[in-house]
Amino acid sequence: MAKQATDEISTADRVDAGGPRTDGVARLATALWRRREASIALVAILLLLYFQSSNDAFLSQGNIRGLAQSGYATAIIACGLVMLLICGEIDLSVGSVMGFAPIIVYLADQEFVFPIAVVVALLVTSLVGLLNGVITVYLRVPSFVTTLGTLFLLTGLNVTLTDGFPKPAPEESGLTRILGGGAFSGIAWALIIVVLMHLLLTRTRWGLHTFAVGGNLVGASEAGVRVNRVKIGNFMLCSALGGFAGIMEAIRINSVDPLAGGPNVMFLAVSAAVIGGTALAGGAGTIIGAFFGTAVLAILRNGFTLQGVSANTFNIILGISILVAMTLNVYVGRLRRSGKT
Amino acid sequence: MTPPEPEDNDILRAENIVKRFGALTALDGVTLHLRKGEVLGLIGDNGAGKSTLIKIITGYHRPDSGTLSIEGQDVQLKSVSQARGLGIETVFQDLALVNELSVFHNMFLNSEVTFKPLPFLNNREMKKRTRKYLEDMGVKIQSIDVEVAQLSGGQRQAIAVARSVYSDAKILLLDEPLAAMGAKEGAMILDLVQRLKEKREVSIILIAHNYAQVLEVCDRVNLLQHGKIAYDEKASSTSIEELTELVVAEYRKARETA
Ligand SMILES: Nc1ncnc2c1ncn2[C@@H]1O[C@H](COP(=O)(O)OP(=O)(O)OP(=O)(O)O)[C@@H](O)[C@H]1O
Ligand SMILES: [Mg+2]
Repeated sequence: MAKQATDEISTADRVDAGGPRTDGVARLATALWRRREASIALVAILLLLYFQSSNDAFLSQGNIRGLAQSGYATAIIACGLVMLLICGEIDLSVGSVMGFAPIIVYLADQEFVFPIAVVVALLVTSLVGLLNGVITVYLRVPSFVTTLGTLFLLTGLNVTLTDGFPKPAPEESGLTRILGGGAFSGIAWALIIVVLMHLLLTRTRWGLHTFAVGGNLVGASEAGVRVNRVKIGNFMLCSALGGFAGIMEAIRINSVDPLAGGPNVMFLAVSAAVIGGTALAGGAGTIIGAFFGTAVLAILRNGFTLQGVSANTFNIILGISILVAMTLNVYVGRLRRSGKT
Repeated sequence: MTPPEPEDNDILRAENIVKRFGALTALDGVTLHLRKGEVLGLIGDNGAGKSTLIKIITGYHRPDSGTLSIEGQDVQLKSVSQARGLGIETVFQDLALVNELSVFHNMFLNSEVTFKPLPFLNNREMKKRTRKYLEDMGVKIQSIDVEVAQLSGGQRQAIAVARSVYSDAKILLLDEPLAAMGAKEGAMILDLVQRLKEKREVSIILIAHNYAQVLEVCDRVNLLQHGKIAYDEKASSTSIEELTELVVAEYRKARETA
């Protein structure tokens, strides 16, 4: 009751009338919110220090490689999901797209040379995004439902197209070495994509319109923003990124696995985005934050594995950190709306 | 009322516009002409269809029937950006601002300045122009970097008005731009409209419920009632009392029949 009242009053009132405690908490929370990327990066560094101090092997070269390889695909997928979440949508199917893309590469590889096969797979995955977008935007099906449908559709298709058996990965070539040859090529690609997507989101009209569409759909379209195009474009972008990550992953594990990807990696990416400060309701979010969010999740999982903590315990910890992050998100969001700079 | 005769210097003609929302007929054959350089006041009760008409002229809604022409050319507007391309700018009643974006990004929403041919936003230029516009208008805002969520209702309205006014529009549609304004700020906006009018480069439709304000700046007044233009008169030959009477008489009649 009392807390609600503090939320309601204006900034000036709060500074005058609010007790030092409320003010301090609010200020801290606000600082955390405004430097959301910084705070999540700080968490990542603290975790690194903690795990290194408890186990020397943590920052060994082998383990760093493991960290990079377990996290890069999630980081790439999170970029696409951040765009979609900001414009008020979600793509649950992107994990299945990740499994779908290398299957398309495998099939197309039988007809064309490998680079063309990769292009074909990226086009086909973009079409999945187009389908998601068109159904969501024009038929007004919530994207949660649309992409749940394509999730199952692709999961089935992936098994059907391969008769349920893993297929050989593409033969080694210049392009496969670029995409997944080195131990760190995955993470290098992820970093490149993070930088490009960050620029797209923060420095271009497309990014600005993505925020506008999620923040005020009607207002954005009254201002002439092509809101449907923005949404559909981001669906396609998200799918294509998922496909790209999937192709790299197939090259890395040297097999086209019909069960690759799936909802797990998608949920990890959504969690990373949310932990990194992206609002599920749209209108706010950052690529960098999602990247550090991915790092936090990868470090947690890897660190606990080294400590011999089981996967189930990890899930409990993951669940708790998402709940905490979400609560913080909502709480700080409310503070912000009540007029705090 | 008989529809107005087309005139040579009409910049905008809406003829027989019909717009239905499901079973509700919001506009039932509206014919409205806007002359070059004039300020036309559009009045009518809540729910009379004023905003709907504006949204048709600005390409947001498509009419079920009827035609629009601009400078004598028939146009079929498919989108707001098409209308903006033709020089039609609008202050929507809901302002069309994005709370999460800064003042200067809202000011240039969908007409952003970029480092052509590069696609990157030229924030510095947008800030510079935003500052100039607001100064020009006499609007005070703590900082143009803050999100518009943090502004007062009047400040938000001022930004929406500035956005349309400073965009070199040929036709300016102002849907209750004064609603949230204090007396001083309202006078400032009216003053701005007056200045635009003196230049005669832009033609304006102004929607307002305050008839004194309407008569202060408008050349002509149209009353929208029952989905049609029910009254069309020069501002100089009507009065607040007459306009009030027209609207209230309608209400009395409705109450008697009910
Ligand atoms: N998108 C919509 N869907 C359904 N009905 C609508 C829609 N927009 C407007 N209407 C209806 O059309 C009628 C006219 O609405 P409109 O907003 O044009 O009125 P107005 O004259 O602008 O009123 P006000 O003075 O209150 O702003 C109202 O009955 C309204 O409920
Ligand atoms: Mg209205």
